[in-house]
Amino acid sequence: MSYNKVLIIIILMGGFAFNVSAQDITKGKKIYETRCLVCHQADGGGVPNMNAPLDGASNVVGTDIARLVRIIKKGYSERVALDGFYYSNAMTANPDLKDADIANLLSYIRTSWSNKASTITAAQVKAAGSKK
Amino acid sequence: MKNVKIFLALVFAAINIVSNAQNNAGLKLPAGFKASLFADTIGSARHIAITSNGVVFAKLMYPNKAGKSIIRLEDKNNDGVADKISGWGKYGGTGIFVKGKSLYATSNTGVFLYQLNDQDEVVDPLGPKTIVEGLIDRNQHESKSITLDGQGNIYVNIGAYSNACQEKDRMPGSKGMMPCPVLDSAGGIWKFDSQKENQVYGDGIRYATGLRNVVGLDWNTQTNSLFVTQHGRDQLSSFYPKLYTADQNAELPAETMYEMKQGDNAGWPYVYFDPYQKKKIVSPEYGGDGIKEGGENALDPIAFFPAHMAPNALLFYTGNQFPEKYKNGAFIAFHGSWNRAPLPQEGYFVAFVPFKNGKPNGEWEIFANGFSGLTGDEKVKNPRNAKARPCGLAQGPDGSLYVSDDNKGAIFKISYAK
Ligand code: HEC
Repeated sequence: MSYNKVLIIIILMGGFAFNVSAQDITKGKKIYETRCLVCHQADGGGVPNMNAPLDGASNVVGTDIARLVRIIKKGYSERVALDGFYYSNAMTANPDLKDADIANLLSYIRTSWSNKASTITAAQVKAAGSKK
Repeated sequence: MKNVKIFLALVFAAINIVSNAQNNAGLKLPAGFKASLFADTIGSARHIAITSNGVVFAKLMYPNKAGKSIIRLEDKNNDGVADKISGWGKYGGTGIFVKGKSLYATSNTGVFLYQLNDQDEVVDPLGPKTIVEGLIDRNQHESKSITLDGQGNIYVNIGAYSNACQEKDRMPGSKGMMPCPVLDSAGGIWKFDSQKENQVYGDGIRYATGLRNVVGLDWNTQTNSLFVTQHGRDQLSSFYPKLYTADQNAELPAETMYEMKQGDNAGWPYVYFDPYQKKKIVSPEYGGDGIKEGGENALDPIAFFPAHMAPNALLFYTGNQFPEKYKNGAFIAFHGSWNRAPLPQEGYFVAFVPFKNGKPNGEWEIFANGFSGLTGDEKVKNPRNAKARPCGLAQGPDGSLYVSDDNKGAIFKISYAK
């Protein structure tokens, strides 16, 4: 690999790190603690049959970001099978959260506990939100 | 090689049985009591019922891996462990009740009646009578618990499909609806004829109202009246952080027990019971500030317990096996909390309330603990770490107490050794 290519990769990585920094994930954690922890719990494990787990949930680490954004903005109470289980509570809507907040929140829940998915940028949230 | 494996497997099985018996299936009990693991991993066992022959029936929240949702368990050799297990039924639910040879089971929308034969085997697994149908199931508090009064009536809990009857459920700042329309068809106990088929709402009466969600209920044969345990509301601090801290939310409101006569009202959603002020306080969704009293026409609880512990079963002990102090007292299975986070959770045990002349007589106490599987006095931090969650109670013909768990589906049998 040429010196230039390495330089470009370093710059690109730096760019990503600038978009979603550890600081942003900490901001996401704060939002999680005030709005989500009550139901999804500190370990992201949820409550059996009641509040869906976020830790290890295939949708949370999945690629359908638009769905995750919609759930956070509009709340969720559809009682569909999530990884084979049903949950009988009604999730609170968060219409007041900004794209950047949701990005930080998603970055937190996608990289916490045993989750190791990619972080999410505000631009991605914006794009997902306009999809409807 | 194969023989060695089988031998080892047998040794381990034997060790398991012995250690199970020695450690009371992992439960902590008062002196003189012992417990056995009557069954394990049968599926999410909600309520249980026992016939006069000692046959146990469990209602599962969902059909288990074998596709069955009502499980029949028999302990033929009488060693405290079920050795003949079968099942039927495709619908999930919570309620199950046996009266003579009549076995009642509930889905989240109806009540069904099965006939048992002399061996307490189900005669008509595919063709039960439909007693009640069309009850509300809107995702939240959907389970239907039942009890009978011995006078031909069945009482069905229909939980409120809401936390506090807000215009928008669980939405910060959303106001409480006045009057609360949920109470027309839910948030109370309905009374139906226990024999008549195909009843709907109009055939029954709303026996008692103002109950957010009752999972535990029992007919007390001494007082000849209905007793219920209510799940109090959630999330005071997440919706009203200016009025309640997270620490206060963990203790508010109390979980409550009521004796309910026809027409009684327990006050939900307009008020909740504060265990420190010992008063009915106006809900913040209805203009309350944490201090203002309300609910002049609503009952006070006859007993109350720490918040959010989820009393999922209530049983008045009428047996002769346990010591005298337990006679006619109330056992309560506390499923265990989630809404005390970020503080440690509470519950996950069976409590006892002594009764005298049909009224609580003294403080409640923990009767059986250790269901969560955590060591010592360690508290459950995250609900998914609890191994078992007590959900159902039933009394055997010999006076033993059975406790069901709706996590993996264990049933514990607790007896007094003398
Ligand atoms: C009042 C309790 C409650 C609160 C507060 C809550 N949730 Fe939920 N959440 C639920 C329930 C219940 C479900 C499952 C709903 C269903 O199955 O219909 C759920 C589902 C989800 C899902 C979908 C999981 C999957 O496997 O598809 C995500 C993502 C989620 N919640 C994230 C959040 C975030 C982020 C917050 C904080 C902003 C939050 N929730 C706050 C109760 C809650």
